[in-house]
Amino acid sequence: MADIFTLGIDMGSTASKCVILKNGREVVGSSIIDSGAGTTGPQRAFEACLKDAGIEQGQLSNITATGYGRNSFEAADFVISELSAHTLGVHTMYPQARTLLDIGGQDAKVMSIGESGRLENFLMNDKCAAGTGRFLEVMARILEVGVADLKDLDAKAEGTISISSTCTVFAESEVISQLAKEADIPSLVRGINASVAAKAASLVKRLGVKEPVYMTGGVARNTGVVRALEKELGTEITVSEIQQINGAYGAAVYGYGKVR
Amino acid sequence: MAVNKFLTPEGEKKPGKQVLRELQDKIAQDVFDAKARGEKIGWCASNFPQEICTAMDIKVAYPENMGAAVGAKGGGLRMCEEAEAMGYSNDICSYARINLAYAATDDCPEVQIPRPDFLLCCNNICSCMMKWYENLSVELNIPLLMIDIPHLTEKTCDPDRIRYIRAQFDDCIAKLEEITGKKMDYNKLQEVMEVSQRSSKAWLRAISCMGAEPSPFSGFDVFNTMAVATVGRGTVEAAEAFEYLADEYETAIKEGRSTFKGEEKYRILFEGIACWANLRTTYKTLQSRGINLTSTIYGPAFSFLYSNLDELMAAYSYVPNSYCFDKEVELRVNDAKAKKVDGAVIHINRSCKRWSGNSYELERQLRAQAGIPTMTFDGDQSDPRVFSEAQYETRVEALVEIMEANKQQKREAAK
Repeated sequence: MADIFTLGIDMGSTASKCVILKNGREVVGSSIIDSGAGTTGPQRAFEACLKDAGIEQGQLSNITATGYGRNSFEAADFVISELSAHTLGVHTMYPQARTLLDIGGQDAKVMSIGESGRLENFLMNDKCAAGTGRFLEVMARILEVGVADLKDLDAKAEGTISISSTCTVFAESEVISQLAKEADIPSLVRGINASVAAKAASLVKRLGVKEPVYMTGGVARNTGVVRALEKELGTEITVSEIQQINGAYGAAVYGYGKVR
Repeated sequence: MAVNKFLTPEGEKKPGKQVLRELQDKIAQDVFDAKARGEKIGWCASNFPQEICTAMDIKVAYPENMGAAVGAKGGGLRMCEEAEAMGYSNDICSYARINLAYAATDDCPEVQIPRPDFLLCCNNICSCMMKWYENLSVELNIPLLMIDIPHLTEKTCDPDRIRYIRAQFDDCIAKLEEITGKKMDYNKLQEVMEVSQRSSKAWLRAISCMGAEPSPFSGFDVFNTMAVATVGRGTVEAAEAFEYLADEYETAIKEGRSTFKGEEKYRILFEGIACWANLRTTYKTLQSRGINLTSTIYGPAFSFLYSNLDELMAAYSYVPNSYCFDKEVELRVNDAKAKKVDGAVIHINRSCKRWSGNSYELERQLRAQAGIPTMTFDGDQSDPRVFSEAQYETRVEALVEIMEANKQQKREAAK
């Protein structure tokens, strides 16, 4: 029997992610482009993913779109919400997961997952960008470091300089004033990570912590945030191996389900 | 020949919501006519005991209704910005901002209400309103009559509270007699109370029709027909119009008809005040996915059931924002069950701190006690800047997926 290839594309606010699955399990291609919905990012991610898998578009059984720009990808056969895509993705890879926290560029969402893998309930952040990847991007820019450097700086911290402002704009001023006082950068980074973690933790607590807790999204790569979250929630958090492409992976799994 | 208000010029039966819309326009015009005749007219809080003014034949306009209408007609942003330029914070209720801007400028192309000679305030639905009306009183240099209804800490209103409210009720009547030169006729008050019961019962009968599957109407119609329940429930015309509406819905149930466009796949409880400025988007996003609103306590909030004056006083304490939290939860859970909802959409309304302040806990209780999935979204009753269409749509889609999975599970369990 011929192999079945399904493609999932997650068009987020700041990045486009793509996954090609072979027979519903094996990731044979993936791509991440740092341009989100409304840009050329989704198409570039799509093409890069096909190239990575070494297959032609015609070999795909179907395409499932998810994420903020999900309704704008013309080649999509199916569209599912990012909440269902993330739930399906994490359940397929980690069937034991009961709570999933996903922090992306502009939103944070927490999902409660049933034993059968069903999305039971969810909560999303309010309109404010605090507690999301965008907050970390803004802070990294002021500190003149890359977002990816925040975890290493956090690891070097000997203390924590708390950021009290919830608002990203006000927090930016707060960090600038700390820099003007020649504050210790690693301690400041730990405070920034803790600020994101505190906001996300309140969302998880509101939904109810059901263990084990998993985490996806670009922010999950920042171990400083993950450690701070573990402390806030009083539980261990497992970061998905495919944290940034979990939504696209879930979408591809959904497409495979449609073929079967 | 007298015009039959329930028939079109061609002799066709009008839809009930058209009858109510026309009555609403007439009630609004009556206030202008009274002003033109030289009568003293007021601005009045939506949950002020309307029985007083109706019995005394005093005409009043409702700034909250104006705020909703201005929001729905697209003037909310301009009026809110006008108020903010005057120095009012954008954290204040958008109805207040719209009205305070209108009071200062007397300019609002979308909706007008005549200039008031006095103000009637009641804080059972809102506490921001006290300062809003105090400012109006100072700015317009007109008297403010206030009825203070303390927040209920129990599920029922005890005799002390009733005496406290009654004393203010009596005092208010005396002051209104002085201001307007009109006398209270207590026989007339009794009649108005009886008519108000007819209106409230008919309005509740109409809303209870949402319990039928499918509901005979799109639940968003509640937001479009409730204005008369707010401003005119003490009049015979309103009682007749609500009875006509309830009859229409009951007939539609018997005949299997519904004004909801498309198949009613899912039924939801909508929590909070409508997003007037984004009403079309909030409605279409739900309707296009087969979601009908079948439960809301916003509409029934403007019905008051009582059989004597003391009970009337208590009834004005039994208002959603005046109730203790346990009672608020009980009302919603019971209604969610009665209306057989599959999920809840909760409006976190920036304007209304009193209503939205406990929404997260209310959401948790709805999940636990009604066993339904929920979603929240940020919005505002009349300030369009707070609402995000993309965020709303994402959450609605996820809610649909959960509601569908729940239905699938029930279907499989039933096999």
